[in-house]
Amino acid sequence: MSERYRTGDRVRTSTVDPDHHTRLPHYARGHVGTVVGSDGVHPLADLSAQGVQVPQQVYLVRFSARDLFGHGDHNVTLSLWEEYLSDE
Amino acid sequence: MSDDHDDSPIAARVRELEAVLEEKGLLDPTELDQVLEAFAHKASPANGFRVVARAWVDDGFRARLLQDANAALPELGLSMGGGLQVQRLHVVENTEDVHNVIVCTLCSCYPLSLLGPSPTWYKSPAYRSRVVSHPREVLEQFGLTLPGTTKIEVWDANAESRYMVPPRRPEGTDGLGEAELAALVTRNGLIGTAAV
Repeated sequence: MSERYRTGDRVRTSTVDPDHHTRLPHYARGHVGTVVGSDGVHPLADLSAQGVQVPQQVYLVRFSARDLFGHGDHNVTLSLWEEYLSDE
Repeated sequence: MSDDHDDSPIAARVRELEAVLEEKGLLDPTELDQVLEAFAHKASPANGFRVVARAWVDDGFRARLLQDANAALPELGLSMGGGLQVQRLHVVENTEDVHNVIVCTLCSCYPLSLLGPSPTWYKSPAYRSRVVSHPREVLEQFGLTLPGTTKIEVWDANAESRYMVPPRRPEGTDGLGEAELAALVTRNGLIGTAAV
């Protein structure tokens, strides 16, 4: 499976608030982070919760606390399916 | 594994679900028992303590662990395959400059096979919401005050991977053997809410 993003790429997370299961937490929606690595290929959780298996690339994406919360000097890293991401 | 919770509503619900799955032929009654028994016997924080102690005394192992933890764990007879599926483990090491702490903000994902059953506070909404936004304050509530110069990295186990934090090796432990070093490590240390 080809990876759309590379380590170091800046990506923006989706702002969509779906009415089904998702693994993109609220606090990380609509923010810009940096890809810090690949986290393998896994069935997209949003669809597998509905019984549909669609494997997709997952990335480790790091956000600065200041970007996420408007304060703090730490970082937060999450595993995000490609579906949740777009170019900055 | 549910011995302590036989009377709780969730236990009753799980039993009902199990019965329905068996009735529909979706679950082999013996399969679940075998998986749970095997898992309960193997899942213990002592596994995590051994991994950290080995990493402290063996730089080669430490490097392999940080590079690809799933490939390194079998060196100690361990794996992340204790559950139904093999999970990827990221080992994120504390250094003089960086302190790591793990959380699952969406539920309670946790490396059970290496850390044993998770503590109640790990699953609490208070920890899960506060540690991502105010980690320094949360760690202080655990009695861990970090220097202002220490960068905090929070890892949200929000999807398929799990995390473990090797603490920094305490000073003055040069003469200790691997078993003695393992005895210094705590479960909270492996989560990142304690120094060791």
